[in-house]
Amino acid sequence: MIRLSKINKYYQVGGRPLHVLKDLDLEVATGDLVAIMGSSGSGKSTLLNILGILDAYDEGEYWLGDTLVKGLSERKAANYRNRFLGFVFQSFHLLPFKNAVENVALPLYYQGVSRARRNALALDYLDRVGLKDWAEHLPNEMSGGQKQRVAVARALVSQPRLILADEPTGALDSKTSAEIMELLKDVNRDGITVVIVTHESDVAAECNRTVRLVDGRFEARA
Amino acid sequence: MIDRFLEMASVMWRNRVRTALTSLSVAWGIFMLVLLLGFGKGLENNVVHEFRDDATNSIWLYPGKTTRPYDGYPVGRRLMFTNRDYDALSQGIEGIDHITGRFYPNDSLVRWKDREATFEVRATHPDHRFLENTIVARGRFLNDRDLDEKRKVAVLGREVVRQVFRDVDPIGEWISVSGVMFQVVGVFEDTGGTDEESMVYLPITTAQAAYAGGERVNRIMFTVGDASVDRTETMAEQTLQMLARRHHFDPQDRRAMRVRNNVEQFAQVQQIFTLIGGFVWIVGLGTVAAGIVGVSNIMLVSVKERTSEIGLRKALGATPTSIVSMILMEALLLTGVSGYGGLVAGVLALEAVRRFVPENDYLRDPDVDLSVALAATALLVVAGAVAGLVPALQAASVNPIEALRNE
Repeated sequence: MIRLSKINKYYQVGGRPLHVLKDLDLEVATGDLVAIMGSSGSGKSTLLNILGILDAYDEGEYWLGDTLVKGLSERKAANYRNRFLGFVFQSFHLLPFKNAVENVALPLYYQGVSRARRNALALDYLDRVGLKDWAEHLPNEMSGGQKQRVAVARALVSQPRLILADEPTGALDSKTSAEIMELLKDVNRDGITVVIVTHESDVAAECNRTVRLVDGRFEARA
Repeated sequence: MIDRFLEMASVMWRNRVRTALTSLSVAWGIFMLVLLLGFGKGLENNVVHEFRDDATNSIWLYPGKTTRPYDGYPVGRRLMFTNRDYDALSQGIEGIDHITGRFYPNDSLVRWKDREATFEVRATHPDHRFLENTIVARGRFLNDRDLDEKRKVAVLGREVVRQVFRDVDPIGEWISVSGVMFQVVGVFEDTGGTDEESMVYLPITTAQAAYAGGERVNRIMFTVGDASVDRTETMAEQTLQMLARRHHFDPQDRRAMRVRNNVEQFAQVQQIFTLIGGFVWIVGLGTVAAGIVGVSNIMLVSVKERTSEIGLRKALGATPTSIVSMILMEALLLTGVSGYGGLVAGVLALEAVRRFVPENDYLRDPDVDLSVALAATALLVVAGAVAGLVPALQAASVNPIEALRNE
């Protein structure tokens, strides 16, 4: 599903290039559930942004399925994000003025799906995360766990190849964290590849495998 | 499309106070523009109305006193037209449409039975009605046979009839004008209003004979059809030259003979109003521009506030184009709706002015016409696009990574 080869990424800091990602190689098979761990400054956010087609890399190749993701126009990148990827963020990033079902339906809006059809689909996915009864509620009427479930439903609604979760449990208590992890594993069991960036080892422990990023390189497996 | 509209409406409703205040600034701009244009039009209408009393295509001749010696004649000589000047001008000047002389009898007491009142009396030729825009309401105006036979007939203004005859039909009645009896043959109205309807018209030949006027004519005026300004200037000059020859005065002596060219004056007034119109547009557009800057500003703030929202939309697959069009459409909607509101409010305000402000000497029928309304609408569309452009580009450049960084 994912194949990174010799990915290098530099940032310009004070006129000098800062080498953030160094010759990264990574393969994630379809249907895998992978945790990426690393301390802050290790480059894991940068890696996630590259995987999420939110940022470009300088050298190497990134294959998503059979598509080479390189040197895309903004329009193309937006299109790929919309079709191939689902995002789950630490702070949920639901639109506060839209209710649950509208939030879930948002990716479909950018696919040009009709309003009735996308709300129906969104409701299906809300049902799947157990929040069908909350469809008409605004985000601020929901608990953190519920909001993250809505976000997962939103990530799923466009039937992506890959779910990218950035600290999905970072803002949640341990009980709710466990529930969200269960949900993500459920999703994974249905065959969708999931990559979770986290610094919590119990989250990583739930995944099939863990890669650790240290100073822009993958650490050899312990 | 409806989808997009609902998407925008929800965003604007979320910031409804701000949306309302911003709308107000645009609405105010358009409101002021419409009001200014309407008042400009009202001023213009008023001046045009002032001109309506007399034919705008006319040239008026007023004899005066010489101030330069000429041809052996001394200064300070008072000039006076005679019937022969009238004949000479009507035959000698090319392009005259209607021509009339006017003789003012000295006294002007009008009496009918036991009622009497003083009015202005004008003794004229039949063509006079074309110069003063006289409208015959009943009976007839003076005609050539009245003059040829020196008939004792009179045509009364409506105001004269109202004051002297009240409810009685004046046609056929005999009245005394300064002691001479005349039979009323017509009643007229005048576009110049009540003052112009407080007049008595008599045949000039009859009046000259009746009031010891001899051949005297106080002034002569004629219309020129639809001659151009240049052509009328030539005609005025020819007229002046002819009169100078006949009365032996220096054509350069402005006091000796005043020639009033209404065509030229009317053209000048129209020019002034074209200028005023342009000025009104500049001021009005300035006000609208201030409103637009306000919209642009507030949209910028809004984009800044919504950075994370825009970042998220981008992450979920919004293309830069769709972000730009979202912000642009918002600006268009904002300026469009509020501007239209201002337009309607302005038109209503003008309507109120027209209905409730009494007739006065400055404003008449303030109004905006359809083309102005359309221009204002087109302006709004452009304004909306301009107002939205900078914020939209700003929004399109939002970096989703920065925007979504965990707070």
